[in-house]
Amino acid sequence: MRFALSEEQTLLQDSLNRALADLVPLERVRRYPGEGGPAEVADVWMHLAELGLPGLTIPEEQGGLGLGMLEAALASESLGKVAAASPFIGATVLAPLALKLAGTEEQRRLWLPKLATGAVTVGVAISEPIAGARDGGGVTAANGRLSGQALFALNATGADLLLVADRSGGLHLARTAHAAEPMPSIDVTRRLTALTFEDTPAEALASNGALDRLRDAAWIMLAADTLGAAQAMLDKAVAYAKERKQFGRTIGSFQAVKHLCAEMAAELEPARALVWYAAYAFDHAPDEAPLMAAHAKAHLSEIGRFIARTSTEVHGGIGMTDLLGLHFWFKRIGQNRQLLGGPEKVREIAARIQGLAA
Amino acid sequence: MDLTLTPELAAFRDEVRAFLEAHKSEHEGGAPKDPRAWQRLLIDNGYAARTIPREYGGYGAEPDILKARIIAETFIEANAPRGMSGQGISMLVPTLLEMGSEEQKRRWIPPTLSGEIIWCQGYSEPGAGSDLANLQTRATEDGEDFIINGSKIWTSTAAQAQMMFCLVRTEPDKPKHEGISYVLFPMSTPGIEVRPLTTMTGQAEFNEVFFTDVRVPQANVVGGRGRGWQVANTTLKHERGMLGDPNATEARLKSLIELMKAETIDGERIIDNPVFRDRLMQLQARVLSMKFNGLRTMTDDTAGLARLVVKLQGCELNHQLAALAIDALGELGILYEDGPHLRAKGRWQWNYMFDLGLIIGGGTAQIQKNIISERGLGMPREPKTVEA
Repeated sequence: MRFALSEEQTLLQDSLNRALADLVPLERVRRYPGEGGPAEVADVWMHLAELGLPGLTIPEEQGGLGLGMLEAALASESLGKVAAASPFIGATVLAPLALKLAGTEEQRRLWLPKLATGAVTVGVAISEPIAGARDGGGVTAANGRLSGQALFALNATGADLLLVADRSGGLHLARTAHAAEPMPSIDVTRRLTALTFEDTPAEALASNGALDRLRDAAWIMLAADTLGAAQAMLDKAVAYAKERKQFGRTIGSFQAVKHLCAEMAAELEPARALVWYAAYAFDHAPDEAPLMAAHAKAHLSEIGRFIARTSTEVHGGIGMTDLLGLHFWFKRIGQNRQLLGGPEKVREIAARIQGLAA
Repeated sequence: MDLTLTPELAAFRDEVRAFLEAHKSEHEGGAPKDPRAWQRLLIDNGYAARTIPREYGGYGAEPDILKARIIAETFIEANAPRGMSGQGISMLVPTLLEMGSEEQKRRWIPPTLSGEIIWCQGYSEPGAGSDLANLQTRATEDGEDFIINGSKIWTSTAAQAQMMFCLVRTEPDKPKHEGISYVLFPMSTPGIEVRPLTTMTGQAEFNEVFFTDVRVPQANVVGGRGRGWQVANTTLKHERGMLGDPNATEARLKSLIELMKAETIDGERIIDNPVFRDRLMQLQARVLSMKFNGLRTMTDDTAGLARLVVKLQGCELNHQLAALAIDALGELGILYEDGPHLRAKGRWQWNYMFDLGLIIGGGTAQIQKNIISERGLGMPREPKTVEA
């Protein structure tokens, strides 16, 4: 028995962290909202493809690395750490999983090799059947065609393929939507889209409850992303507190400041073990996975919020400014919290999973 | 990550289960019928004093953190009492093994393990709490002996104990960390007075101990005169490890869930109230985090920070679990004395009050935060004021 990352997993994450530190410096994050944003994302994705990241969870015979959900969680954490924009969650985790669970042999042959090289990206529109429908959202499917609106779609702008969940949880692959409108949000590193379908052709995937597994995987990825982003905010707070002087002392020597840092670390470090276990359970203890994924999502949302505000406070006034750019992480954590269900919603599902709620 | 048991460990678990099945008539309601006999049986089979060498009355096995965990889990599963604990076994014995003379080990460890000798710990003083090294209890030299004057506080089991391991100041002129000695003496020594210290629970879980001209042989010093600070620090880490044990927290969560399923208000189960249910789910996520964090600290070399946060987070979490149980019980939750409506013998209130003491004791939450930020995050220490 060993509750620890393997040497290979540690190496994978270290090399990703190193690559991402070079690829996604703060100056690049600042360029995401501009017109060149999509080109910045594509450039980073191309470089990550050289490391094999897009094919992380795709079987080796389809050109991928054949790794599991824990490795995917480590990658997600690394992306969150630098607030990287990337099509990772849809193209690397959710689409391959949907094809594995509910795709045909032909669909897998067609898409997996292209996903593995990073040549194809996938938009993910699964919010309504997981988090609930807002503003009349929700897609219905009939006779190979989709109608209605899917809000909060991830990575959907410019995607080559759309993975859509209809209101009853059925999954579909669509080449395009009838219309795609941006939904400008707080987080410029992950753009959201409202997709409209109007009798739009789509291939239905098998109706076998695969959406629940996609939900668990997505929750684990969002939790891991927050883990990385919160770790970055803690690291920045500690570094700043060791450097900044007031009253003739580094502020990190004041207990009022260092206790805030200790509280952040005390919350974050055990949460890492929860994320690891949820990801491990997804592959190795599937009975436990739904509960663990829900708790990881909800718990990281809570401590992520605490760390985002506390780290900002440790930085003082400058923490609020665009000069420092801390707000990119603050907002990323805030976006992860609400995406695919806020903590109250997710905890209600956690209670239901174990028979504690109707 | 590999959470499966190797065949060797699975066989070991079967062995422990078979042992507990064979001896299940020897305990009742989680307590042994004959505590000393149960302790002897556990030591002989390697389920208590497992890694203490045989020549000192232990079982003599190699340390194996996973087997230790399997023993703990299997005993919980069978609701079987563990071996004796207490400050003698958990703190003095490891200290003597590391710092004691051969004669001290042979004399004190075997009767401590067997339960013949109960110890109490004389560390904290009214003026030396978080700043333990500021302790003022004086031991002055008188021939072959020390004469001890002063007082100790927070001394649990002082009324039952036959012996005390105690920190005293032997070199008052030296810097505060260098003038302390660690000394052993019987509680029956003339000049020792024990006064029970009643806490807000209504019980005296602690005592004050007063020393007036207490004569103790200098030969009873452990680890050398003036080295008491280092000697004590070898075992303070054991105490911090005991506080915030995730297995106990998990057991408490289970009884909280049972409580919320069983109790009703206006005929509605507490668990069916969405506000209480949400609070329960928040705490469950924390309990799981601490459980996996605990597994990680046992087997992951990179878990330094994970280890440092256990006391702070674990004790706080235990307190919050008790708080939710009280809130879920509502007005029933404030009952405390025997009566027809009392729940769980008032245990939740007792836990809520006593566990606040555990947040403070064994290194306060604020001291823990100093440790986490300084040792875990490499932050600078508070500048020292000039030493008196």
